[in-house]
Amino acid sequence: MRYLPLSAEDRGAMLAKIGVKSVDDLFSDIPADKLLKEPVALSHHASELSVERTLGAMAAKNIPASSVPFFVGAGAYKHHVPASVDHLIQRSEFLTSYTPYQPEIAQGTLQYLFEFQTQVALLTGMEVANASMYDGSTGTGEAVLMAHRVTKRRKAVLSGGLHPQYADVVRTLSEMAGDTVVSAKPDVTATEDLAKLIDAETSCIVVQSPDVFGNIRDLRPLAAAAQAKGALLIAVFTEAMSLGLIESPGAQGADIVVGEGQSIGNGLNFGGPYVGLFAAKQKYVRQMPGRLCGETVDAEGKRGFVLTLSTREQHIRRDKATSNICTNSGLCCLAFTIHMTLLGEKGLRATAELNHANAVELAEMLEAVKGVKVLTSAFFNEFTLKLPGNAAEIIEKMAKKGVLAGVPVSRLLPGAGLDDLLIVANTEINTDQDRAAFVAALKGAL
Amino acid sequence: MLNNQGRPTSAGEATGSAHPTFTGNRALMVEEALLFEIGRADTTGVDVVKAKPVKSRLGGQERKKPIGLVGLSEPEAVRHFVRLSQKNYGIDTGLFPLGSCTMKHNPRLNEKMARLPGFGDIHPLQPQSTVQGALELIEELARYLMVLTGTEAVAMSPKAGAHGELAGMMAIKAAIEAKGEGATRRVVLVPESAHGTNPATAALIGFEVKPVPARADGTVHVRDVKKLLGPDVAAIMLTNPNTCGIFEPQVVEIARAMKKAGAYFYCDGANFNAIVGKAKPGDLGIDAMHINLHKTFSTPHGGGGPGAGPVVLSKRLAAFAPVPFIRRKGKKLELVEHAADAGAKQKPFGRVTAFHGQMGMYVRALSYMLSHGADGMKQASEDAVLNANYIRAGLQDLMSLPFPKHPSMHEALFDDAWLKDTGVTTLDFAKAMIDEGYHPMTMYFPLVVHGAMLIEPTESESRASLDLFIMALRDLAMRAKRGETERFSGAPYHAPRRRLDETRAARNPILRWVPPQPIQQAAE
Repeated sequence: MRYLPLSAEDRGAMLAKIGVKSVDDLFSDIPADKLLKEPVALSHHASELSVERTLGAMAAKNIPASSVPFFVGAGAYKHHVPASVDHLIQRSEFLTSYTPYQPEIAQGTLQYLFEFQTQVALLTGMEVANASMYDGSTGTGEAVLMAHRVTKRRKAVLSGGLHPQYADVVRTLSEMAGDTVVSAKPDVTATEDLAKLIDAETSCIVVQSPDVFGNIRDLRPLAAAAQAKGALLIAVFTEAMSLGLIESPGAQGADIVVGEGQSIGNGLNFGGPYVGLFAAKQKYVRQMPGRLCGETVDAEGKRGFVLTLSTREQHIRRDKATSNICTNSGLCCLAFTIHMTLLGEKGLRATAELNHANAVELAEMLEAVKGVKVLTSAFFNEFTLKLPGNAAEIIEKMAKKGVLAGVPVSRLLPGAGLDDLLIVANTEINTDQDRAAFVAALKGAL
Repeated sequence: MLNNQGRPTSAGEATGSAHPTFTGNRALMVEEALLFEIGRADTTGVDVVKAKPVKSRLGGQERKKPIGLVGLSEPEAVRHFVRLSQKNYGIDTGLFPLGSCTMKHNPRLNEKMARLPGFGDIHPLQPQSTVQGALELIEELARYLMVLTGTEAVAMSPKAGAHGELAGMMAIKAAIEAKGEGATRRVVLVPESAHGTNPATAALIGFEVKPVPARADGTVHVRDVKKLLGPDVAAIMLTNPNTCGIFEPQVVEIARAMKKAGAYFYCDGANFNAIVGKAKPGDLGIDAMHINLHKTFSTPHGGGGPGAGPVVLSKRLAAFAPVPFIRRKGKKLELVEHAADAGAKQKPFGRVTAFHGQMGMYVRALSYMLSHGADGMKQASEDAVLNANYIRAGLQDLMSLPFPKHPSMHEALFDDAWLKDTGVTTLDFAKAMIDEGYHPMTMYFPLVVHGAMLIEPTESESRASLDLFIMALRDLAMRAKRGETERFSGAPYHAPRRRLDETRAARNPILRWVPPQPIQQAAE
């Protein structure tokens, strides 16, 4: 057993030192009838080679994004991540370290968290950002709870453009906490009037841009409407790359900004682990959930970093904490920070422009296909198509032709009467050939 | 030297340096500026194809001003982050005895497996027909978890331990509401020794938290629980083995009492590493338990995440598991993503995250479980417990044990009674361990023990490693008792930073870099 250094001789000598006869003497507090005598009914230990074969066989049954023309988005995006990112995050000292509660020997983690917080604050146009959440969806749930704390109200209004699974997470958390959620109807073309749903009990409105259908929304009127009624605007995004090109939510008046950071530095990983970005106005910082890294000095006056404002957190405040969160998404933050460092302002903007240009090109090609309509007028790298048929069936046919074409709206919103809609993402990875293959496969499937 | 924000940055003026250097560097320990002090707005470390000119469809929402980000070329970026990494202590650096955190070896095979394109490069919403192998992996991991815990169901999607705790308590709340007792059963019992997440989780979803006192021997007594039980009690949240490192001897009686009272038993599974393959929590009568894949099943802690916290559920709670879950449909596996598709028997309480959970962690955990097998996991738990007791045996004559009657499980708990009148605190002692090349143990937790020091070596340590650790701690303990306080009060002396001023950080929070003031203004 390659992960266990003790030999039988070691074990014997150690038991003697402890003064017991057998290891089971150390398990004597377990009721005798509950102590297992034999190993449980699972496989026996296996060599590396054998494990590689078993897991490799499972992996081989899946179709990886990079192996086909790939247009699937709706909350997770395939981008190119530089090779150095994955190399650096596998440095032992990053990979195998713990939460930096001992700052003298965790300055590496703490400094990159400080850099991460700065990058996220800049990108979102906000004053402060935390050291990340589990992902965008759980971060959105926490943002709503935070808005309730700030406003001392307990009703959230969700836009019909919010990712339906994000909305489900918010609803589950809110219902369990005894709070109220008002959900607007699915809003495919960004025409809803959310302002009229705000009343004196509303703590926040939750609006995604670009939304799940791809629409870029103007947040300014919503920020004004929320402010007029004493509510907060929570701006959500699932495609961090979009912030390289479109106006930041902060500049549009958002009070809390929360989103998914997977696009920068992190792979698709079938949905996780990802990294939730969370930023807010400075005045709300003591109501923020999650960890915060701050600058200080050491005993010799040298600059250093520590986790700070922990009096908000569960290990100090217990049942009075702002959140029960005990983990962030450390290594995924690191991947984000490294990739963002490599991109820089210049590379981020260029990549975002390429995303947009590719998406516009695909939209133009699809608009020329008979019976197909692009419903999204203002978009970044993703838009919604209206197809002359059931989108779920059409993408299955396209998958058989080797094209993974997008996410049918019915997968996210079954029974909403939107079965002919398809959400299509186009990033910098897609080539002219990919787009041609998409159009050909679509025509074949209609 | 002050940086351009007026903050000291230089090591050159360090008072403690015996041989100051010009750069402030100390050989392999290189000072590294912040990214924003070395990066440039016009530098990038990626080459991006230029976009074709298209008619913009951004709807007039383009950014008008620069973001303020900076970039580095690839060599600069690699050096920056490598230097940062060298200021961190990891499991691969040395013994990491952080109690309740299970800092065991992270096999690199796991990393390799998680990066197979068939796992790492698949999208959560691509057609289910194209990800059957991924669903198979999740099903297989779920089976392993259910067999090891002796339970009926598992909700895989929670993203971390505290998130699994939340999902488990939500299932309990849903079950209570389904019985029409939502308005009455509002109290959750939490022992004083519990992790902070337990009361925080219960309070988050509207439960009232009532503490259960700990007995003088560090365990929870069934009589104390029964005294608190009534029609208002929804559940108990109990860690087992508990945070004092002791297996709760009355856990079965407590479970029985909860069931009899119509309440539920939530078990915090943070310390599962002590009993994997030795006892099944389901056999002990628990209703829900989260499993920290990043503790027990070797997925890396990554500097504070990402973790994964699947929560196993008893028969009483299985129907309330959240979406998504996997179901077999003929030869195919099917993801059930909506409550409406769950079928008549299932009553999902909702959804706790977008998509399907921490796939990257599932692959690593299963890779570990397949490697160890049933025999290896049992041996690992035995070794973890053996190692903890070996450390205890090696230190108990010098350091004081608050609960000497019970054997330790996978972690040994000491208090600070032995430091009385030495002028050395638990914190000082822990910081002196840093100078000896060790990560400190968990300190001041559990709260029920004064100046607690909770040492969990895990099964990954060799006997030689344990012997050196014991000798180093004995040496420190004797120095503390001899009154060599300076070694402790100023520690660490040899780390990349001396003790950091946390009060200052909290009083005047600086949470991000800000561009320097123009020099003129700063001079005024």
